[in-house]
Amino acid sequence: MHSSRIQLIVVAGLLIAVGVGLTLYKAVELGFPLWPGEDRQVWTLESKITFTPGDGPVEVSLALPHPMAGWKLLDENFASAGFGFAVQGQDGERRAVWSRRSMDEKTTLYYKIQLYREQSQPLPAMAPKVVQPPSLPARRQQVVDRLVASLTEKSVDDASFTRLLIAEFVRSQPSQEVTFLLSEHDRKALPAMEEVFAVAGIASQRIKGVYLENGRRRQQVSDLLEVYLGDKKQGDEWLLFDPETGEIGLAENFFIWQRGGGSTLDVIGGNRSRLEFAMVSNSLPAKTVLLMEPEVASAPLLDFSIYALPVEQQGVFKNILLVPIGAFLVVLLRVFVGLRTAGTFMPILIALAFIQTTLVTGLWVFLVVVSIGLWIRSYLSHLNLLLVARVSAVVVVVVLLMAAFSIVSYKLGIDQALTVTFFPTIILSWTIERMSVLWEEEGGKEVFIQGSGSLVVAVATYLLVSNHLIEHLTFNFPELMLSLLGVILVLGQYSGYRLSELYRFRYLKEQVK
Amino acid sequence: MPLIWPSELRQLGIVGMNRRNVEYIARNNERRCYPMVDNKLKTKLAATEWGIDVPELYGEVRYQYQARRLENLIADRETFVIKPAQGCGGKGILVIVGRRGNRFIKPNGCELSLRELKGHVSNILSGLFSLGGRLDVAMVEELVNFDDRFANYSYEGVPDVRVVVYKGYPVMAMLRCSTRESDGKANLHQGAVGIGIDIVSGTSICAVQHNRNVDRHPDTGHSFENLKIPQWPKILKLAAGCQEMTGLGYLGADVVLDADRGPLILEINARPGLAIQIANRIGLRKRLAEIDQLKAGPRDVDSRIADSCRLFVSR
Repeated sequence: MHSSRIQLIVVAGLLIAVGVGLTLYKAVELGFPLWPGEDRQVWTLESKITFTPGDGPVEVSLALPHPMAGWKLLDENFASAGFGFAVQGQDGERRAVWSRRSMDEKTTLYYKIQLYREQSQPLPAMAPKVVQPPSLPARRQQVVDRLVASLTEKSVDDASFTRLLIAEFVRSQPSQEVTFLLSEHDRKALPAMEEVFAVAGIASQRIKGVYLENGRRRQQVSDLLEVYLGDKKQGDEWLLFDPETGEIGLAENFFIWQRGGGSTLDVIGGNRSRLEFAMVSNSLPAKTVLLMEPEVASAPLLDFSIYALPVEQQGVFKNILLVPIGAFLVVLLRVFVGLRTAGTFMPILIALAFIQTTLVTGLWVFLVVVSIGLWIRSYLSHLNLLLVARVSAVVVVVVLLMAAFSIVSYKLGIDQALTVTFFPTIILSWTIERMSVLWEEEGGKEVFIQGSGSLVVAVATYLLVSNHLIEHLTFNFPELMLSLLGVILVLGQYSGYRLSELYRFRYLKEQVK
Repeated sequence: MPLIWPSELRQLGIVGMNRRNVEYIARNNERRCYPMVDNKLKTKLAATEWGIDVPELYGEVRYQYQARRLENLIADRETFVIKPAQGCGGKGILVIVGRRGNRFIKPNGCELSLRELKGHVSNILSGLFSLGGRLDVAMVEELVNFDDRFANYSYEGVPDVRVVVYKGYPVMAMLRCSTRESDGKANLHQGAVGIGIDIVSGTSICAVQHNRNVDRHPDTGHSFENLKIPQWPKILKLAAGCQEMTGLGYLGADVVLDADRGPLILEINARPGLAIQIANRIGLRKRLAEIDQLKAGPRDVDSRIADSCRLFVSR
């Protein structure tokens, strides 16, 4: 006796835990949204390479982005008509290589990616390269040395050194040293700063990427500078900033194309090459985005999930997956409330029909068809037919009724009544047959009680399953059904009173002393 | 509408539907024992084998084409009952109390033709009255010639005594009397009157109709006070004996009193209802718990009844 109870609790507990666990895994690890209607901003970034070819063979090599800082690559496309094309991997870095024996005119190559930022993450740790002191012309060396000396004096560590240097560069009236350095470097802050860091013995590297702005075209690669601050508690620490504006930190809309490393675009056998970006963003439901991700789409859990089915079948499942919710509600209403229904699970089927017809129309159609059906059935009962023949006759009558209903309402211009076809014919017929027998044997009152009980359960089920959250959860987290199963198993052990029994035994109140 | 609180129900020891299903039926009634009680034909055959008194079976009609067999079974009998072997809730029971030529008379005076009888049998066979519409068998059996002493307590129909037997011990009893409203049926939810019967003495405790106390029969106007069931020890013995026959740990035995043959088992129910608690003004729970505390082990019917009478002696 007791071992079966313990067994039940263990099994139910396991089921609930597995269901909730899988759901959490999908929500946390795979990033499935627990709430419906969550949108993600997905960027489509098109890189355009243009160049004018020379006489000989052409080879174009483009560094491909390695997403980091929480960015995810969904899809990539290469357009390379007439070119030999390969993606080559070198030291974890990928490069797309287009090649061609000879070319005549100016050519454009495209590389398109879709990406979104799953979450904001810091950049991964990365060891710095050894700093080589640059060999500079004597005068420049002097200036840089002076600058480094004055900044070192004012700073406590590399971080404050960097901040002071940035401040020097973005000042509205820079010092003589800075002005001189900028003029030496075509007024570009980046190489000038790199030089200072190198002389100061601080490791630095460039970060290449794109500022994403919706609808922008002809965007160029932007460079950020990253300074190594040493091996701190959290590992290698870098300070990242935009040398032009002096802004420290990675902007939300900056997509890193390349961190450190070599050139972004190499064109051999051509000149006047350009790399430009065009971009557009759109909002997509988070689930759609997730399924576009190559590694998620191939996660074993999803490979054997409903998503693996064709879209059409998925639609069918969307409805079937609601049945357990209805069954759960039936358990609640029967075990805790004690509601009597005509046919235990018939209300669920009616509720599923309501989903197609909408509630009010569905209720009307149901009541009208069942009433007329009952009336015709009462005539059939006089004919002393065999049961199967009689139910079949009712089936025919119900189909005729549905046809008549559709035609008449269509002619009257009530389109909604056409949805009558969503009601399961056989179930309707059995309902009519059962109700009719019930009427003959127990009277109209019982028919009313059971009929309204069924409708109450059906409407409640409808309201529950038409809830967006429930629809979303059942379809995207079918493993929650295991939890539901566990809960139903536990409810199956409930031995307390039903709500209806508080009414049924009400006259015993006098007995209570 | 005043409701009773769950705490009050608990205090009275009332067993609810869920507790009955989970704790008593599921734990004490093995599934394989059900067919014998759900099928009245099987019950009857088993009862005959075990020497338990039942109304005599004239015969059964199993197939639609056996309609002629019905005529042979009826022959020129004046009274008989046609019932489905697997009917539920007293549905499909047709009682014929007399004949007028080719017409058969129902207790309410309506007359039926042979054709209508065959129609009824056909309905039974096609499963109209059985749970889930399963194909069924129609039984034709002896009409109980019920004891005249009950005539005033019942309207058109045989009053029967429902005895709830737990692990072979009779724990609670109730006399069920049909009314005009219940259409000759003894089912309480159809409007029959239930009279709680003291297990020890066989006298009435209180009467209920529709879960509510009544003093007299709504149709005959007869008071239920001072009602004493004749041959009570025999009824208890018959009911308690059903445990061995069916193997059910929790059952409701329906006993009728025939004027000539004495108590007869009409049917056995593996899921007896709970209204008996209202008629007895007491919950089943304490009594069932007391039986649970008794020493286990096989005991004969007489000592079980003696224990029941010792435990459940009324105030």
